[in-house]
Amino acid sequence: MVPLRQELGASYAFVERNFRAVRRYWGWEVVFLFHSIVSALTVAYIAPGGVVVAGQQFDADRLILFLVVGTVVWAYLDSVFDSVAFMVSWERWEGTIESTFMAPIRRVTFIAGSSAFAVLYSFARAVVILVVVALFFNLDLAAANWVGAFAVLAIGSLGLLGIGIMAAALPLLFLERGSQMTVVVQASLLLVSGVYYPVEVLPDWLEWFSVISPATYVLNAMRAAVLDGVTLIDLLPHFGPLMLITAVTLPLGVWVFGWAERYALRHGRLKRSG
Amino acid sequence: MQPAVSIDHLVKRFDPAGVGGAWRRALGRPLKDPIVALDAVNVQVLRGEVYGIVGSNGSGKSTLARVVATLLLPDSGSVQVFGHDVVKDARTVRRFMNRVSVEASFFKKLSPLENLSFTARIYGLPAREAHQRIFEILKRLGIEEKAIRRPMDQMSRGQQQKVAVARALLTSPVLLILDEPTTGLDPRSKRDVQDFIREVRDTHDATVILMTHDMDEAEQLCDRLAVIDKGRILIEDKPAALRREGESLEDAFIRLTGHAVEVHQADEAAAGGGG
Repeated sequence: MVPLRQELGASYAFVERNFRAVRRYWGWEVVFLFHSIVSALTVAYIAPGGVVVAGQQFDADRLILFLVVGTVVWAYLDSVFDSVAFMVSWERWEGTIESTFMAPIRRVTFIAGSSAFAVLYSFARAVVILVVVALFFNLDLAAANWVGAFAVLAIGSLGLLGIGIMAAALPLLFLERGSQMTVVVQASLLLVSGVYYPVEVLPDWLEWFSVISPATYVLNAMRAAVLDGVTLIDLLPHFGPLMLITAVTLPLGVWVFGWAERYALRHGRLKRSG
Repeated sequence: MQPAVSIDHLVKRFDPAGVGGAWRRALGRPLKDPIVALDAVNVQVLRGEVYGIVGSNGSGKSTLARVVATLLLPDSGSVQVFGHDVVKDARTVRRFMNRVSVEASFFKKLSPLENLSFTARIYGLPAREAHQRIFEILKRLGIEEKAIRRPMDQMSRGQQQKVAVARALLTSPVLLILDEPTTGLDPRSKRDVQDFIREVRDTHDATVILMTHDMDEAEQLCDRLAVIDKGRILIEDKPAALRREGESLEDAFIRLTGHAVEVHQADEAAAGGGG
């Protein structure tokens, strides 16, 4: 029990340190949050704008809600992915990569701490974005199933964490290009996951990629829960693919990270610069 | 008596092509020769001594420090720290070892207190005890109380390096690896850090491995010294025994290596270290 408690304490150390860093960089945090809110509003205004451009009436309120769910959920997922995928790059950028990897803890403790921070930080941001956007639009959320939405987000986060952990390993293999590859993965998820449109509008070959993105299922389930108020029982079919993706990506992510670390240890890539 | 650190026929090479080397090999393209950073290194460090490793930048010092610190896997040979293999039993070795490198590695926007509290949590130290010790150690190192709560990027390099030493001591290591801890520091900070190393030697049950290219520092602080050049240990003895009549340690170094303490680029690029 004591070692487990120590490992949990060590995991919490990463959560605490990262939140302290967020506080110290508060100016940038405010700027980034402002940017995210403005982006969400800009996207949401596409719905009423669409009515004007098309010159015919359609259910703009439903489209606004569709887009708001997309932007807020994507703000959350993107932030989770970003925080996890860049956990190694962040340590390298701060110059702490060697001391972190020299700490007498299991690697999974580092990953769990960084992931817990990612989820908490991203959730807090997403809530702020949702509240501000809701002030601008008369959103009808009376039918929303918030318990179901929360369950979707919790399960969906795990699958995304697995992919994020794999992406985090890239900078251990390729010093600079690793971070660049991570950005490519992130952008690709945005394209194929149906954030601002149903994935059916994508070309067939591109739509195929939406099947392997956990964000696709999270967004579909969230829209079912928030727009249509689908019950938890009726949401269960959405959980199946998410659980399957989690069952594959999470252990695979941890394994890939361990493999990449051994590679880095063999080839001298645990260094600050790069 | 069991040595604190036992290094046996340690070899470490770096492929200059990196990940691209595998592709070049697969495509049958010519490969650059690997850089031999450590070439059959044998070292025995006794418990409680300050063991110095002197050499130019790029001589293999930092590579050796990284292998002992479990940050690099050797190609062959072995390193044991208090009987624990650094490869097979890395986590145990990490628990009782700490390293101070040439550049203080911290979240620079965080304060010394926040950075050291993080370390305390990682090492499972109780929060209240850790808080007390952090203040004790930092004050003893001459860090003002108000600076303890300010971001580290507002501190001088010398002060940051003192915080790095404090972090290492906070974890009560029985093996302390100091990889050029005073390089680039102003004279006063350098003297403070050196005084602290003496204090650690005299008051703690710790073994210290000091990597340096500062001959005066090596002579003043080390019980025994090894001269490393191009990845090979050339000689090992007490500082006084390395010098001939009327010779400085720097002169002895030049006689042994054939060059002054200057930059060799050998493994620097590959290992990303200072030497």
